Amino acid sequence: MARAVVTLPARAKRGEIVEIKTLAQHPMETGFRRTQTGELIPRDIIRRFTCTYNGVEVYRADLHPAIAANPLIAFTTIATETGTLTFQWVGDNGYTVTEIAPIRVE
Amino acid sequence: MSFSAGVRFLLLAAACFISAKALTAEIPLGERRSGYELMARETRAIQDDDATNPGMLWVLDGEALWNKKAGAADRSCADCHGDARESMKAVAARYPAFDTARGRPVNLEQRINGCRTGRQKAAPLTYESKDLLALSAYVARQSHGLPIRVTIDERTRPFLAAGKETFHRRQGQLNLSCALCHDDNWGKHLAGSVIPQAHPTGYPLYRLEWQGLGSLGRRLRNCLTGMRAQAPELGSDEFVDLELYLMWRAREMKIETPAVRP
Repeated sequence: MARAVVTLPARAKRGEIVEIKTLAQHPMETGFRRTQTGELIPRDIIRRFTCTYNGVEVYRADLHPAIAANPLIAFTTIATETGTLTFQWVGDNGYTVTEIAPIRVE
Repeated sequence: MSFSAGVRFLLLAAACFISAKALTAEIPLGERRSGYELMARETRAIQDDDATNPGMLWVLDGEALWNKKAGAADRSCADCHGDARESMKAVAARYPAFDTARGRPVNLEQRINGCRTGRQKAAPLTYESKDLLALSAYVARQSHGLPIRVTIDERTRPFLAAGKETFHRRQGQLNLSCALCHDDNWGKHLAGSVIPQAHPTGYPLYRLEWQGLGSLGRRLRNCLTGMRAQAPELGSDEFVDLELYLMWRAREMKIETPAVRP
């Protein structure tokens, strides 16, 4: 079960700066740790996070092994028009999670 | 004995008396502090906002499990208990609670597993498994902001006493007791970390050190390992008694589940 939570205001004024908070459930296993018997635990991380607003990319982040589990990514964008924001997390072992959130601009 | 030596002896005796007294002192009710108040501003901010609190991921998983049918009885938690927001309100705040079938107090995890085996006819969930943490986080979340009220009566009193004895008993290679740190030296530092008063107000909670959610049992095992003592098994009678004592010690403090700790 891969879960992600996105929080943003449901409505905003045109031109307003809105804050978006995203939380993705992921262990972010670094690939540097070993088990008690000395075997290397394979790397399992999110590689890239993108946010598109009505199809236009407004935010992108590359993630690396030093980032904590269940990464919280918060950023802002300018409310330009009513539509949808699409959030995507892509990572190792075929991990892909997509969340869609509507925004109403007045 | 000269006059000055006599004074010195008296002062020494007085100092010994004061320190001996301090060693057995419980924290006065008005001076109790949740671990939350000892945290950095940034860590408090993570806990305060559901949009940033990673513990909420487990709460959401727990909600899904609450409504999922399981076991030979093909029943979900919701089939019997309905909407958890109503039926589970303030429930976690009164656990560990006395279970007549077992004749002793059980903690929330044991109660959930009791339901699983008894009502759902399903296999019990393993302690510290993702599913048990999620379900207990979801149930405990329904007590968020409500005061801790365990029932202390004729039936539970002996177990409370046993838990109190464990809390004050020196153990392990370092010869420490829980009380030595959490009653007598809270607020000071152990290496880089502040020693909290050990009030279990937010379990299961998200520890940044764990990079995940964990139960009170896990926390107790952490402490005991640090003391170089033999840690009991999760869900053992000794742990549940200690949990009962800790919840009684934190009586009337507010539940913070899912809390965030450093």
